[in-house]
Amino acid sequence: MLFKFSAPSQAREDEVTPRDLFLTRRSLMAGGAAAMALGSLPVWSGNALAASFQVPTTIKPADPKFDPTTPMKSATTYNNFYEFGTGKDDPADNAGTLKTRPWEIAIGGEVAKPMTIGIEDLLKFPMEERIYRLRCVEGWSMVIPWVGFSLAELLKRVEPTGNAKYVAFQTLNDPKQMPGLRSWVLDWPYTEGLRLDEAMHPLTMLAVGMYGEVLPNQNGAPIRLVVPWKYGFKSIKSIVRITLVKDQPPTAWNKSQPREYGFYSNVNPEVDHPRWSQATERRVGEFSRRKTLPFNGYGEEVASLYAGMDLKANY
Amino acid sequence: MADPASAAGGVDLRAAANAALASRWAKPAVFILCLVPLVWTVRLAYTGELGAEPVLESVKVSGLWALRFLLIALALTPLRMLTGVAGLARFRRMLGLFAFFYATVHLSTYVGLDRFFDWAAIWKDIVKRPYITVGMGAFLILTALAATSTDGMVKRLGGRRWRALHKGVFVAGLAACLHFVMLVKGWQTAPLVYALICIGLLAFRRWPIRLGRRKEPRFGTGPVRTSSVRTRPAASPRSGEAPEPRFPDGSSPARRS
Repeated sequence: MLFKFSAPSQAREDEVTPRDLFLTRRSLMAGGAAAMALGSLPVWSGNALAASFQVPTTIKPADPKFDPTTPMKSATTYNNFYEFGTGKDDPADNAGTLKTRPWEIAIGGEVAKPMTIGIEDLLKFPMEERIYRLRCVEGWSMVIPWVGFSLAELLKRVEPTGNAKYVAFQTLNDPKQMPGLRSWVLDWPYTEGLRLDEAMHPLTMLAVGMYGEVLPNQNGAPIRLVVPWKYGFKSIKSIVRITLVKDQPPTAWNKSQPREYGFYSNVNPEVDHPRWSQATERRVGEFSRRKTLPFNGYGEEVASLYAGMDLKANY
Repeated sequence: MADPASAAGGVDLRAAANAALASRWAKPAVFILCLVPLVWTVRLAYTGELGAEPVLESVKVSGLWALRFLLIALALTPLRMLTGVAGLARFRRMLGLFAFFYATVHLSTYVGLDRFFDWAAIWKDIVKRPYITVGMGAFLILTALAATSTDGMVKRLGGRRWRALHKGVFVAGLAACLHFVMLVKGWQTAPLVYALICIGLLAFRRWPIRLGRRKEPRFGTGPVRTSSVRTRPAASPRSGEAPEPRFPDGSSPARRS
């Protein structure tokens, strides 16, 4: 792209390095302690940030020949993470400024036990690997092995009250770490939402890793949502806040262009995006297009959530 | 006073630029330069460096260069008027044709690589997706302009009709910018910047500015302003400017290759 605005904060990086180092070291120790307490989860190698996970694979495509795993290089260099720029390679180029330690998620709203939980404690949840298809609203798709745990496990801890009908999520909103926040492409911070039953569904997960490694910054480190039957933008990255609410929460893309990006945004080949067809998709790395499947191929598991709903009206 | 030619002891930049542009190597050099984006992109595709989605990337890159060449071609006249480098005019046709060339590559990659000649899907796209409708419109205009770009067509159509037809380049430019603005998600910076440049170049034809001269009235009945959009400035007898060109695109017949 011709127009690439580099972050002025990059010039200041030298100044903050000591603090960075300090924090990294601190998280190293915390992470190391957690790893020891849990045996093999996660396994930290000599370098603090080159941690890897050895976890059981619990979900994978029925036919791995039909859905081969996307090369890691593609999944980590072709990203939509507008907080770091709108180009596909911008997040990989710019997300180095994101500081993932210390990191906390504040969970509140309609819950009995609101809490703020640090990334060290989030890493203590029993991890598993799940290989999911990811379908972007733009018409491309990937197959990614995520490492993480069911969102339901976290939500159960805060005990949602009877008033909780929806779950609202929010991404970090720090222009110093995220140069893309200076553009007006979206109403920052990035927000997303799910209905409570969608959030509690066993397929819905929080990911802290991919390809057996710690989640790269450009993929939403240190913790992100993955909802495999919805378009990718629903799977919000770098989460700092989760709020259980009574009414359907506002979501970033829906606020920006309500006709194009609905609250539900379930993958649906029958409902076109106003500007392009959603009937087909190109699997990244392949030449010809494939047919897009309803609910991205997870209809058996999730179609019942929408029984009796008009999916054309609730796109 | 700001006339470079009269600057005491200074190099006559305008004359130097004119001499360079009039050289017989200038056109071949610009021609080769215009092919660099194509060669570079093909090279990246060949070495697998076009990213995770090489098909979409080649559609994007060719479209971007079509728009860039169109804007460069549109910028030559304002640039000539601002700098007095008359030699720029004879590159307008070549750059315009390169815009058409890259637009053709853009359309071909979309039809052949992205849609794999699925004509039914392509037709549905054209009639149903406004950004593709607008893009196709821009391409059809550029096709008409490219087809009438030869000296023979200028003669056959006659200067006035040819000029009227080739004002369509502004419609094509605006349509191409609109196509870009409409196809991205949200209000992104780059397409808006291209659109602003295009509007600026169009506005310049209406309200031209010249450097190195006494201020001319921007509004009112000054000599600069005429009632219609101007495709080229009135001939000026200043030294360093080419003689009144015969063809309406501003080039002189002797310099045409």
